Amino acid sequence: MKLIFEKSVPGRRCDILGKCDVDYVSVPESFARQTPPALPEVSEVDLSRHYTALNQRVHGVNCGFYPLGSCTMKYNPRIDEDMAALDGFTGIHPLAPESAVQGCREVLDTASRYLCEISGMDAMTFQPAAGAHGEFTGVLLIKQYHDSRGDTGRRKIIIPDSAHGTNPATAAMCGYQVVNVPSAPDGCVDIEALKAVLGDDTAGLMLTNPNTVGLFDENILEITRLVHQAGGLCYYDGANLNAVMGVVRPGDMGFDCIHMNLHKTFATPHGGGGPGAGAVGCKAFLAEFLPHSALAEEPGHIQVRSFQGNFLVVVRALTYLMSLGREGIPEAAQNAVLNANYLMEKIKGTFQPAYDRVCMHEFVLDLGPYKKATGVSALDVAKSLIDYGMHPPTMYFPLIVHEALMLEPTETESKETLDWAAEIFRELYDLGYKDPDYMRAAPHHAQIGRPDEVRASRNPVLRWEEA
Amino acid sequence: MSYVPSTGAQRREMLEALGMRDWRELYRDVPEEMLLTEPLNIPEGMGELEVRRAVSAMAAKNTRFDTILRGAGAYDHYIPSIARSVTSKEEFLTAYTPYQAEMSQGVLQSIFEYQTMICQLTGMEVSNASVYDGATAAAEAAAMCRDRKRRVTLISAAAHPDTINTVRTYCYGAGEELRIVPAKNGKTDPEALAEMLTEDVASFYVQQPNFFGLLEDAEALGQLVHQAGAMYVMGCDPISLGILKSPAEQGADVAVGEGQSLGLPLGFGGPYLGFMATTKKYMRRLPGRIVSQTVDSAGERCFVLALQAREQHIRREKAGSNICSNEALCALTAAVYLAAMGPKGLAEAARQSMAKAHYLAEALTAIDGVELVYSGPFYQEFVTTAPRREEILSALEAQGILGGLPVQEGILWCATEKASRQALDRAAVIVREVLSK
Repeated sequence: MKLIFEKSVPGRRCDILGKCDVDYVSVPESFARQTPPALPEVSEVDLSRHYTALNQRVHGVNCGFYPLGSCTMKYNPRIDEDMAALDGFTGIHPLAPESAVQGCREVLDTASRYLCEISGMDAMTFQPAAGAHGEFTGVLLIKQYHDSRGDTGRRKIIIPDSAHGTNPATAAMCGYQVVNVPSAPDGCVDIEALKAVLGDDTAGLMLTNPNTVGLFDENILEITRLVHQAGGLCYYDGANLNAVMGVVRPGDMGFDCIHMNLHKTFATPHGGGGPGAGAVGCKAFLAEFLPHSALAEEPGHIQVRSFQGNFLVVVRALTYLMSLGREGIPEAAQNAVLNANYLMEKIKGTFQPAYDRVCMHEFVLDLGPYKKATGVSALDVAKSLIDYGMHPPTMYFPLIVHEALMLEPTETESKETLDWAAEIFRELYDLGYKDPDYMRAAPHHAQIGRPDEVRASRNPVLRWEEA
Repeated sequence: MSYVPSTGAQRREMLEALGMRDWRELYRDVPEEMLLTEPLNIPEGMGELEVRRAVSAMAAKNTRFDTILRGAGAYDHYIPSIARSVTSKEEFLTAYTPYQAEMSQGVLQSIFEYQTMICQLTGMEVSNASVYDGATAAAEAAAMCRDRKRRVTLISAAAHPDTINTVRTYCYGAGEELRIVPAKNGKTDPEALAEMLTEDVASFYVQQPNFFGLLEDAEALGQLVHQAGAMYVMGCDPISLGILKSPAEQGADVAVGEGQSLGLPLGFGGPYLGFMATTKKYMRRLPGRIVSQTVDSAGERCFVLALQAREQHIRREKAGSNICSNEALCALTAAVYLAAMGPKGLAEAARQSMAKAHYLAEALTAIDGVELVYSGPFYQEFVTTAPRREEILSALEAQGILGGLPVQEGILWCATEKASRQALDRAAVIVREVLSK
């Protein structure tokens, strides 16, 4: 497909602004640009068709099943979009006087109250723009807490080896040394290994529960107790909150602070990679360390971005929370867990779960034995799924399972869809034995064949240039 | 309202297939004492109509101003209809990060085109796929400029206060030092900068136009920075680049900025768009997603996420940044905006904004007691003295005009192409009336 630049015709344009009703002023010569930016010159119909064609080459949640593990690709309700598009929200300047933004305050306060209730926390900020950004904010709460007590010897953050890459990257951005603790054979925290690394240099622990293999760590109270005993704080990575919202609360598990991905758990759309929103909650004793805007709120606090965060994402999440209400929230979690267990059960007997026990909202298949037998890898299976119009699961994560496929169906898939998906997995399982070469060359009916990623890394072409 | 499609009968059937009688068995790993026994203290769910009413009522409690003469990092520029219509397409809206290139060419190509446009705007060679906003872009740039020997970050006091505070926070996290270069007459003081450019300085950040709307002598500042062996980071207003020298022309090693002006609504602060671009030399230091062109198994042009060896999911604690989700849909909006405006339309938006701001400045300073605080050339914002500031702003608000932002020196005004001459005249009349009382 042509690039928008290849459709450009000199002199073609959309007239968006019309005439200026005051006199132009000239830019002082030393500041004036001599050559205008070489942006495309297109008409509105060119634009409309170009982006329609691109949009047809995108798989959204509205197109079909999207069991991308750890990403919670649930359906994004349309009403949430309508509410975020209300003029009364979109047209509000972030530095408008308080009297003019009472509705925005109500949105933030209400969302904060509901999310505190769900997470078991006492205070909340919406400044972080994404999950990883929330982690950064949360770990800075821990850092400020220790600093405020003059407890500067705490240099280490403990992270299980099953964690998302953002956890260690975050700890490093906060100046901490990362201590990776190996998981126990059941995929949960190895208590003895944890005890061995805890000490007076422990700043805190970052943990996802349910963890990244989809299991609820039944020792969670013991884990948080041990960390607190050593003088550290406990950070809850809310990536997997969808499994437990309204059923059990991170605050009751002993966590001191948490981030929640509004773009996962609370159904705001992912937008092809963003924007998200990483609401960060904490217990009362950490509230004084939450970020503020130097300009819009009180100065003298940490600040992780401008103004008050991705407000319109919060509007969507609040609309979702109000729609589901007290009964709909646990119902969503229970059905997310039910769907995952049901799909795992239906696939069993072909591809094997890495941990054969009741899972939470997602599960990991271990394709190691299958690859040994057929030569077909997790990647090949993933690519084969594309031919069926199914988005592949998360591949090769968590790192502790080597040929991993991680499936998270979410609660918004029907039994029929799960039955259909299981059927495809079973078919592909057999196909790997009959015609492995076909699968190794998959996909066959997609937008493109497999891309040459090595070439992209060795000789990256990162922008279009006129030939 | 529930978005769960399975019926009660189906749910029972599924539980039975698992050999379970009750959903509680699904949570058998959760310690019993931890399970919530009371319902959440949240109101009952609502139907779509009820929710629409309730949330619309919140929106109705905000005051919308017909004319917005306040900027300070969030600008009321015109949003072309095509930008909204493209970005509300459900596939673009609901897709995840394009990990699976074979079913994400539309997202990948749109990012590749966005990267190209950011390079065209800034004159740089490499752009990433976006970061959270302009302030975090500045903070990420500071991090990418540090090396083993040079650790200190310098930032101009005339940068946006939120940017300064965000960079300070990121530096606090990393345990690195931030030093603030003072301003003189509203602009970065070059003499102070020269003195502060010691051997341990990694980079200096200047905002162009700066927080007070003034045009910085950015080329001269850049020369000082380079003479001292440090890297030069410029934070730019993207629309202004339609008529103002590009950061590349002014010597920037890294160009960043807030992309909200490019088709994104004010939205009480977000979501916005951080853009980041640099030279080929520093390509592998850029944080965040980057899309590259390559070929597929049939030799056809296609696009993939590239250079992932920089990123957190591969490098973990050795990654330069933890960024994962970005602002992809906002980047898409910006790309549609830039393509809709084209080179002429973008220059026109910049020219009109500058013209309106100067018209407003003239009208206001014709009033006794109102003067420009700083004398240098400015773009679309300026600071005036403001006797009886609160009265002025209240009087404007009462007439549907959001006046400038109160700042230490007076009022920081802003006008964009959206403000009509009539509205600007009216604002000046109101200010005159307040001050002649």
